[in-house]
Amino acid sequence: MSEEYVLQLQHIRKEYPGVVALKDVSLELKKGEILALIGENGAGKSTLIKTCSGAVIPTSGKIVINGNEHTSMTPQLAAENGIAIIYQEFNNVAELSAAENLFLGRPIKKGFIIDKAAMEREAEKAFEHLHIKINPKSLMKNLTVGYQQMVEIAKAIQQDAQILIMDEPSAPLTSTEVENMFEVVKHLQKEGISIIYISHRLEEIYRLSDRIVVLRDGEYVKTLITKESHVEELIHLMVGRELTETYPARKKDCIDKGKVVLELQDVCGNGDENISFQIHKGEILGLGGLVGAGRTELAHLIFGAAKKKSGRIILNGKEINPGNPREAIDLGIALVPEDRKRHGAMLGVSIKNNINMAVYERNSTMSVIDTRKEKAVAKKYKEELAIKAPNLEQPVKNLSGGNQQKVILARWLAANSELVIFDEPTRGIDVGAKYQIYKLMNHLVEKEGKTILLISSEMEELMGMSDRIVVLSEGHVTGELEKYDFNQDTIMAFASAAVREGEPV
Amino acid sequence: MKEKVVYQLKDKAIWVVFILLFIAFTIANPRFITPNNIITMVRQVSMYGIASIGMTFVILLGGIDLATGSIITFVNIICAYFMVHNGMNMYLAILLSLLLATLIGTFNGFMVSTVGMPALIATFATQTVFRGLAYIISGGIPINGFTEKFKMIGQGYAGPIPVPVIIMIICFAIGSFILNKTYFGRYFYAVGGNEEAAKLSGIRVGHVKYLVYSLSGLFAVLAGIVMLSRTNSAQPTAGDGYEFDVITCVVLGGVSVSGGFGKLSNVVAGVLIIGALTNGMVLMNVSSYVQMVVKGLVLAFAVGFDCIQKKRQTI
Repeated sequence: MSEEYVLQLQHIRKEYPGVVALKDVSLELKKGEILALIGENGAGKSTLIKTCSGAVIPTSGKIVINGNEHTSMTPQLAAENGIAIIYQEFNNVAELSAAENLFLGRPIKKGFIIDKAAMEREAEKAFEHLHIKINPKSLMKNLTVGYQQMVEIAKAIQQDAQILIMDEPSAPLTSTEVENMFEVVKHLQKEGISIIYISHRLEEIYRLSDRIVVLRDGEYVKTLITKESHVEELIHLMVGRELTETYPARKKDCIDKGKVVLELQDVCGNGDENISFQIHKGEILGLGGLVGAGRTELAHLIFGAAKKKSGRIILNGKEINPGNPREAIDLGIALVPEDRKRHGAMLGVSIKNNINMAVYERNSTMSVIDTRKEKAVAKKYKEELAIKAPNLEQPVKNLSGGNQQKVILARWLAANSELVIFDEPTRGIDVGAKYQIYKLMNHLVEKEGKTILLISSEMEELMGMSDRIVVLSEGHVTGELEKYDFNQDTIMAFASAAVREGEPV
Repeated sequence: MKEKVVYQLKDKAIWVVFILLFIAFTIANPRFITPNNIITMVRQVSMYGIASIGMTFVILLGGIDLATGSIITFVNIICAYFMVHNGMNMYLAILLSLLLATLIGTFNGFMVSTVGMPALIATFATQTVFRGLAYIISGGIPINGFTEKFKMIGQGYAGPIPVPVIIMIICFAIGSFILNKTYFGRYFYAVGGNEEAAKLSGIRVGHVKYLVYSLSGLFAVLAGIVMLSRTNSAQPTAGDGYEFDVITCVVLGGVSVSGGFGKLSNVVAGVLIIGALTNGMVLMNVSSYVQMVVKGLVLAFAVGFDCIQKKRQTI
């Protein structure tokens, strides 16, 4: 084996029941280099780095550290070999000081007593070494996110990390904080520490990295020398799959361009800034972007589940300000939520009751439920959506993921809303169920005159189903495309566009 | 078919426990099964039964109401004060008491929903406040001297059946109606099962919480008035610790302490089990301290059973 590599991942494969998360992925990290790891959501970046920390045990493949072969890692083994990972979520204790956090789990002691002064002295040295100014005595909760991250990095270096893996380190930071973090990273590189840097901000990768490894759908695609590559090439490698799946065709004449159902004018709030777009009657508008771009947050604003700071939401020509989901439902808006377990199904409640949940008030007289209607509604959608269950009284937790999703769909179809927002409607369900949901969406716009806002992180689905796509990045609209302009590379470029505060996009 | 039988058995397990307990006590002391004793037993539990309906709603919601006992005490004192010291008309006094206790419940709802306090602490605070107020109003002295008509509520009979039992049956019917026939009932399960999802389904979660804690106050006061009439004397300690018996009944009845799951019909069994235990142990001359130990163990067992089932599901 060559001496220059500090870390080699060889032919890593990871299978989960029913899915292959990583297929034969290899990667080499040289001493003192910054290696960027990129790929779309779900490309396998996180799974791959977790094999290095011991959080994921690979099904097959080898991990070679400084020439020593391992088939899998454990957290201790990773630490002994000088591997440290800076996750997006920090592992710190908010009520303790920066110094105490730095020595968390291995405090400096004088006999049985923790030597606070010594820890603060050591922390001061550690921070100075990284050229960062943090008062070791200040409580973690009083530090900005950027400084909290610095403490994490300092902790890794304190523990003699030789390989630092950073998972989207710039995501929570402001632009000045990002600059500071870059300084620290470059400084560490000069000291001979090797860094794997994961980010979807391509601009950062070009500023920082020496080489780039591209993953796509759990597979290794290519390694590029940063200086010799182009952004276009990179984007193409990230998304460049063949469009294989077919989508049910839809009649084009169902769109009424003359009638705007929903219009957003400079809507701000819930992390989104100045969002403006229109949706026409009978249209499926796709909302594209990476995870965390602010799409679900926008859906919650429209649906009254989050508070709008400013701007106008106009439904059928009238400005609306839904204060809660009930008001939004009564105005004719539905939201099929993204996270089934957390936001969708009430798992212990029966299928029948779950389907009726949004329409109980409508189907009751003096608060008393019309049980015949209740049963009829549940039965109708069980048949229409082919929900597989022995009877309607079954609690939803007994159903498979796809059938749970159908129950939630049924709830919102029963509400008979004019505008339906689908947030990742097919995540985690099988191909057959996916196709049924696509057909259902077509039916809604073609036959029932509904209008759909579709949020999807699956590029194919977004392009296959939408009439128009609006792309968000970091809470801003970064692009809008008509159907004839749909192109994976363009959408990806919009989705990973950096947004600077105060700059027009 | 077999699955159905197993499901039914699981669902009705608490009734099986009740029957076994019943047989055991009968063997220990045959007097247990005499019609007289059974009527006494059901009358004894009627107050638990009435209060347990409100508590069932609260626990279904994933909350808890520790104020039940002190609401009972407070209402005992205030209702007696109205009737005896103010010479107020009995119906008006009862109506005012109902209103007051419901408002106390509404205040609990305010603390839990609008302020966002944990139900345990919010209702514990209410409990302490109203226990104190009951002492202040009564001066620590029992209030006596009610009209014959008022005594009917707790001591009267309609044929062979005591009036409190009839009141309990009516209350269970109303509770069951709210839970099974109105959309509010569906909402209790939804909010208790998944609050976030309930909110996104257009349920005004805050309103539901207000309603549930108010109802808990209302059912507590109904139990309180029955108690007042039955004991014929308003004691400033009348309802102390009552909430724990009521919670035990509800949890024994299979209502999940984490909310979202449970049936009122099984709570009836829980109430009867507590009644049989108390009555049976008295017949066997078991001291009241030992009774406390037994009831505590029963509560621990019931909650433990619920938790073990939850654990099994998640694995």
